[in-house]
Amino acid sequence: MSQIQSNIPSGPLTEKWTQHKANLKVVSPANKRKLDVIVVGTGLAGASASSSLAELGYNVTTFCYQDSPRRAHSVAAQGGINAAKNYQNDNDSVYRLFMDTIKGGDYRSREANVYRLAEVSNLIIDQCVAQGVPFAREYGGLLDNRSFGGSLVSRTFYARGQTGQQLLIGAYGALSRQVGLGTVKLETRHEMLDLVVIDGVARGIIARDMVTGEIKRYSAHAVVIATGGYGNVFFLSTNAMGSNGSAMWQAYKKGAYVSNPSFVQIHPTCIPVHGDQQSKLTLMSESLRNDGRVWVPKKMEDVERLRKGAVKPSQIPDEDRDFYLERRYPTYGNLVPRDVASRAAKERCDAGFGVNETGKAVFLDFKYAIKRLGKSVVEARYGNLFQMYEKIADVNPYEEPMQIYPAIHYTMGGLWVDYNLMTNIPGLFAIGEANFSDHGANRLGASALMQGLADGYFVLPYTIGEFLAGEIMKPKPDVNHEAFVAAEKDVLERAEKLINIKGELPVDHFHKELGKIMWNKVGMSRNEKGMTEAIDDIKKLKSEFWKNVRVPGKVGELNQEIEKAMRVADYFEIGELMALDGLERNESCGGHFREESVTEDGETLRNDEIGCYVSLWQHKDVNVAPQLIKEPLIFENVELSQRSYK
Amino acid sequence: MATDNILKNLILKVWRQASPKDKGKFVTYTIQNVSTGSSFFEMLDLLNDDLIRKGDEPVAFDHDCREGICGTCSLFINGKPHGPDNLITTCQLHMRKFKEGETITIEPWRSAAFPVMKDLIVDRNAFEKIIQAGGFVSVNTGGIPDANAIPIAHDAAEESMDAAQCIGCGACVAACKNASAMLFVAAKVSHLALLPQGKTEATRRAKAMVAKMDELGFGNCTNTGACEAECPKGISIANIARLNREFLVAKFQD
Repeated sequence: MSQIQSNIPSGPLTEKWTQHKANLKVVSPANKRKLDVIVVGTGLAGASASSSLAELGYNVTTFCYQDSPRRAHSVAAQGGINAAKNYQNDNDSVYRLFMDTIKGGDYRSREANVYRLAEVSNLIIDQCVAQGVPFAREYGGLLDNRSFGGSLVSRTFYARGQTGQQLLIGAYGALSRQVGLGTVKLETRHEMLDLVVIDGVARGIIARDMVTGEIKRYSAHAVVIATGGYGNVFFLSTNAMGSNGSAMWQAYKKGAYVSNPSFVQIHPTCIPVHGDQQSKLTLMSESLRNDGRVWVPKKMEDVERLRKGAVKPSQIPDEDRDFYLERRYPTYGNLVPRDVASRAAKERCDAGFGVNETGKAVFLDFKYAIKRLGKSVVEARYGNLFQMYEKIADVNPYEEPMQIYPAIHYTMGGLWVDYNLMTNIPGLFAIGEANFSDHGANRLGASALMQGLADGYFVLPYTIGEFLAGEIMKPKPDVNHEAFVAAEKDVLERAEKLINIKGELPVDHFHKELGKIMWNKVGMSRNEKGMTEAIDDIKKLKSEFWKNVRVPGKVGELNQEIEKAMRVADYFEIGELMALDGLERNESCGGHFREESVTEDGETLRNDEIGCYVSLWQHKDVNVAPQLIKEPLIFENVELSQRSYK
Repeated sequence: MATDNILKNLILKVWRQASPKDKGKFVTYTIQNVSTGSSFFEMLDLLNDDLIRKGDEPVAFDHDCREGICGTCSLFINGKPHGPDNLITTCQLHMRKFKEGETITIEPWRSAAFPVMKDLIVDRNAFEKIIQAGGFVSVNTGGIPDANAIPIAHDAAEESMDAAQCIGCGACVAACKNASAMLFVAAKVSHLALLPQGKTEATRRAKAMVAKMDELGFGNCTNTGACEAECPKGISIANIARLNREFLVAKFQD
């Protein structure tokens, strides 16, 4: 296993991070001024890392494809952020948050990374409050909490249903302050399209200026990828339209390992698909499951009457409602983890109990909460989500239950990183959703925000020093180096090639077709046959794309079609690797549900004999299959058991 | 979900402008078979799909999250920022708000502070500069006391949150006959001034942000209230009064 240096410190779990920090190299303030760092992405991870690194004294250049860092898709996270503060006195602790996260991830994450995440979680809340994040408060003036899936304690901090927005505004404020001070150079409307590696070390990126279309070179001593996930491979997802996997994929093509690409989170509570014109799916926060009850009718005749519009959901009496989560999982009830809740919804819909015309929807009902708490309390907690729902679905959720269905939401897989969040390419770091490290095979709700900010505020600023301490004598790399010239040429050629195909079908056509393949064969339920077919289907579609796509306009101008075409070209390849990874992992775990590996009552059946590993995929050549390397997962503190939420 | 119908025909008058220097003009398109369950952007996706297949240039427009929170989308639709519905962004506008055969006029934000870059896309970098001038609490990462060390009254946190909801879309500027950015600046100043953490530098912040706003050529506020009426997050002009108060204090301190 000499290829894998995960650099997990030895010693007791509770001491690892403390000990590791003590041993990390530190760069002096005078030397920090001589060092340049590129950060790609301005979500919670990218913005927090950029500001923190700049405060330390590094020269930072930060990129985002949006017109402002504040628009990164962390902004859309609704429900909250976890931390082990134990403010509710409900016996929460760092250890409990660690255990919940390990178990929620179905024992497919690294113990040491997850423990560190739980450890720094409390610092995040302190930091955010100091930045002016208006978290919800009790009347006594102290912070309020709510519950999220996969946990029996209340440890989720929130700002109405806009927690991601408020945390991002905090990080964006910190970043903007550094931009104003001149320590961060901000390049908005710029998209990273290649990584530049010199002598095996990451030394810069190639980015396209999305306003002028110019392809530009940027050099630095280190590059940090904070570009989020690749959920848009599925076309329909809760991701923003522009969220993409290209930074990760270009790094992969330059030698960085991609880990666990098949681990995708399907969120149980999204507004169902309305039809073929659908372009994206809207999430309804998991926090709604604190007070909402999920159900479908018990009787098929009620399902039929609902579909015909002959009866309103509110008219179906309680005794004829199947609260299937409460029935199957009495201990956790409506607050089971996301993968469990999603599959349970699919199970009912596959059995024919889906409540709308497409048969792909279940109810999330607030009738009981309104009766128990009063409408004003429910409105105070979820008002903006209810308003959002009504605008999209044209149904008032105070009167009739919401309709919901699972949708692609988050990717647990991503760039492989060691304990220092560095990829196998020295100088290339990956943080937030872009890395694979903390959530195993299923992420718990309210933990994405926690991880993004943990990485950016409290982990990377320490660990990057270990690498940069060795760089203090090196000048900033020259952008005229042949590696920059070649990478720039390569990007330009790729873009020109797409424009020159001059085929007949728009980019979106291919993207939608890819999405269908992925959803049907590499989605919520997977098997060997389906994934094998998917690889084949994707190859055919990809080849058709490169023959028949039509990308109007030029590379050298504001051109939204070339932006999409470059991303979709990468999605084919990412999708193929996802299917391959899913095929290789012949067990069920978390969000990865293999039909061949199921318990008697239809739950995921892990196989720890063969499955206790992180997959690391190494790119070979265009027409050569990638190589799979396995990092064994070693559990020193946790006893592996079959996950149960009953 | 409500039952969806099909709008068989719609007429779109769309602002087309190749570049910032181009004069620009309206171009009329027709579009068929739009589901009333589709969002406004899904309708524009259909238009662009059609244009590309015919060999024409698609219409460029800004959009990203498509769920009303990132603030990327803009558009004047039938003369109103974010279109005919209230308390939403353009991406949350659904086609059920339009009638069979209706003519829909689509324009970019019209404001000197937000120059058109292409078609319906405008440059809102001026907002970035205002935030960079002071729209934050000046704390570095680390060395922070426990989050519960300073209690904050429930109502103060809620009032701060009301202002903090601003998504920076620019509808307030676009709606204002003076192209004033007062609601945008006031929302940020209020969000932070209402909390003890932000109170410390409240006057300094107000002064710096207002100075930057003036420097960038935004107009004056004449209290027409158009900004509040068009704000997709319902941010109140009461915040402008608070900004004026902070600004006045700053003046006295000078």
